[in-house]
Amino acid sequence: MEGHLNLTLKIWRQKNTQTAGKFETYQVSGISTDMSFLEMIDVLNNRLIEEGDDPVAFDHDCREGICGMCSMYINGRPHGPNRGVTTCQLHMRSFKDGETITVEPWRASAFPVIKDLVVNRSAFDRIIAAGGFISVNTGNAQDANNLPINKDNADDAFAAAACIGCGACVAACKNASAMLFTSAKISQLALLPQGQIEAATRAQAMVAQMDEEGFGACSNTGACEAECPKGISIENIARMNREYFSATFSSK
Amino acid sequence: MTKIDAKIPDGNLAEKWTKFKSSVPLVNPSNKRSLEIIVVGSGLAGASAAASLAELGYKVKVFCFQDSPRRAHSIAAQGGINAAKNYQNDGDSVYRLFYDTIKGGDYRAREANVHRLAEVSGSIIDQCVAQGVPFAREYGGLLSNRSFGGTQVQRTFYAAGQTGQQLLLGAYSALQRQVGMGNVQLFTRHEMLDVVTIDGKARGIIARDSVSGALERHFGHAVLLCTGGYGNVFYLSTNAMGSNVTAAWKAHKKGAFFANPCYTQIHPTCIPVSGDHQSKLTLMSESLRNDGRIWVPKKENDTRKANEIPEDERDYYLERRYPAFGNLVPRDIASRAAKERCDAGFGVGSSKMAVYLDYAAAIIRYGKGEANKHNMHSPTDEEIQSMGKAVVKEKYGNLFDMYKQITGEDPYEVPMRIYPAVHYTMGGLWVDYNLMTTVPGLYALGEANFSDHGANRLGASALMQGLADGYFVIPYTIGAYLAAEIRTPSMSTDSEDFVKAEKAVRDRLETLMNIKGSKPVDYFHKRLGKIMWDECGMARSEKGLKASIKEIQALQKEFWSDVKIPGEIDNLNPELEKAGRVADFLELGELMCIDALDRNESCGGHFRVEYQTEDGEALRDDDKFAYVAAWEYEKQSSFKLHKEELKYENIKIAQRSYK
Repeated sequence: MEGHLNLTLKIWRQKNTQTAGKFETYQVSGISTDMSFLEMIDVLNNRLIEEGDDPVAFDHDCREGICGMCSMYINGRPHGPNRGVTTCQLHMRSFKDGETITVEPWRASAFPVIKDLVVNRSAFDRIIAAGGFISVNTGNAQDANNLPINKDNADDAFAAAACIGCGACVAACKNASAMLFTSAKISQLALLPQGQIEAATRAQAMVAQMDEEGFGACSNTGACEAECPKGISIENIARMNREYFSATFSSK
Repeated sequence: MTKIDAKIPDGNLAEKWTKFKSSVPLVNPSNKRSLEIIVVGSGLAGASAAASLAELGYKVKVFCFQDSPRRAHSIAAQGGINAAKNYQNDGDSVYRLFYDTIKGGDYRAREANVHRLAEVSGSIIDQCVAQGVPFAREYGGLLSNRSFGGTQVQRTFYAAGQTGQQLLLGAYSALQRQVGMGNVQLFTRHEMLDVVTIDGKARGIIARDSVSGALERHFGHAVLLCTGGYGNVFYLSTNAMGSNVTAAWKAHKKGAFFANPCYTQIHPTCIPVSGDHQSKLTLMSESLRNDGRIWVPKKENDTRKANEIPEDERDYYLERRYPAFGNLVPRDIASRAAKERCDAGFGVGSSKMAVYLDYAAAIIRYGKGEANKHNMHSPTDEEIQSMGKAVVKEKYGNLFDMYKQITGEDPYEVPMRIYPAVHYTMGGLWVDYNLMTTVPGLYALGEANFSDHGANRLGASALMQGLADGYFVIPYTIGAYLAAEIRTPSMSTDSEDFVKAEKAVRDRLETLMNIKGSKPVDYFHKRLGKIMWDECGMARSEKGLKASIKEIQALQKEFWSDVKIPGEIDNLNPELEKAGRVADFLELGELMCIDALDRNESCGGHFRVEYQTEDGEALRDDDKFAYVAAWEYEKQSSFKLHKEELKYENIKIAQRSYK
């Protein structure tokens, strides 16, 4: 049933990439437990506007957990306390009346803060551009059913492909490693026969780009898997390492 | 005066596209390298077009307002994509997909475009599989299909409830490959704020870098708008928060006609509104109607819980009214039927504005099927439940999870509560057969154009159309224009036309910032949304529409004198972005009401209460309204109607029946 909460929010405010940021404290009251976390921030922002203050900038778009744009670090966890959800799907019924909630942006040197809670994740686009594809131009394809694919492999590829590119894995990792993200794409394509032709070059190119962007090494703590809103498995990292090492050893 | 010429090729319907492809002028590879194309929007239509054109050798620039092209709202499409593959051997064909789409659109779409769409549909599946899109498969390794509304075959390909995501990531990968190769330049966090025309042709755009606030001028020999639909004019819709009409509306004001703006799709199965705080609505995929049964209590104002209402006291009203299609009637019909039951007092939930979508029967049916498969001869009820739930989880798991997240209720145990919500807009920029608007060199693809869905879109056809336009139509049709542009060199963006266009954009932004009124942008957007939903939503009337036009005009004035935008013009300023979009929605909303008022008939998603059959179905008037309404912008609040007559040469136009 719907209830109402009074909350204290400690939110990271930072004007732009160049300036230093700091926490600001806000009180919000009468927050419906049926609201999503972002709708709660909407309430705060409309109040700030009416009071003549600058509202909190944050990334969001689909608000149904699939676009990967929302990215809040809530009470020390990417996307907040619940497992398997993005910030936009986190509802206020997960919080208690009187609670203090701390909200920060993703913290990683490869994801510089643009403003407040908004960070630059274009490094992910560059990792995909380095090799996260199958080189098939439009019009080249054969009939789709000419290539039967073992259902288990297809299902595993789908599970890896469910990654929404939000960056929670990086934010969760103490080394700010992007291995879960990178390995999900490498795995998806390596598991499919169409993707195997370029598997070796893909793994090498994507890992090289990942390193160049300044992401750290795997911490082996599994925090990425635990915080991933789409449940992307850490097994993908093992598969990526196999692909990468076999590519390296067999390289000409 | 601009004249409408749809440029439909001559010849038999089934041969038009083939003949067009063999006779359209080509651009040789070395000339392609010096031709520049701007693509605005990076969803299915934009990403597929940009990747395919770059593969051909054109120089492409892609713009999106999100932080990455992968965020475009195509990502949220759930259920599937249609294709006339006939893999199920159940009688499907190109003609049948064509026929279903025309009929589903209530005979208000252009035959030639729809037939072409059906023709290329199979190639889309081939292309996506080749890219590594992980569609659902059967144990034999072949692709799986399911049914969607308005069809009696299984032609929908899917990837759980995340088909849009997987298709978009496929197109995005193809796009990023071209970015990596240097053939596409990517501009993220950029919003197009005007089209630049020179001597009547589209020659570029003015875009704002949302991070720095800087205005930029970009030249292109052609400009492609792949900017999606305008459902957010209703404030609450299943669209993403950022989805907007601004690019299309700017094009409209520069001479592109806007077609059938009133054709709006209200999707029958969405999670109901829970309160005033609501910022958007969430769709529950139409695929759920494959297995779920929709019902309300037979008794008015029944306050019992769903599970306490016995079978014979439930009204499965879609199965009752439409036995041939049952729960899989097209969306417009299912939505109106839900509204009818709720308005009559049979709605459920605390708001009484909801109906049940029930999986109990499907869980038992699947559970028994699994028991048979595993040679269990006398399974217990618990075993049947648990195996049945596992099957449902595999098919629809992410949707059930999403429902639980939002409502706090477990749909495996209690039926979902659903209600219609704004989902898709069939109307859009008018385009000819080549997808060109009435401005030469300016194209519209995907949901941004009006072309293929008539007055109602069938489920799983939006993904098909977006990718058809981008992968298989524009790479051919753009040649008809660009072959004559090979002598046009790249133009300097210092010319007077570019400078003037940029100044107009800057002036408007400054005007907005300087209003310094008292109300946030959302205040105006919500009020507009309420007017649109009440009077230009599922049921429209002459009286209501006339009143709304006046109300919207008054709201426009209030907005331009009282909106309050904080922050700075030269910094990341989401409120300023929103304000520009809402200003455009306020003008579009007015045109939608004008169009709805002008169309004195009911068809598909456009239901005028004055025009209905005795049993409450939409009543078309084919003698007077078998045309596309293409509106020309004259000046503020003044639009001129042009009619494109719809000729049905291959399909006998008939009363649409799903009974």
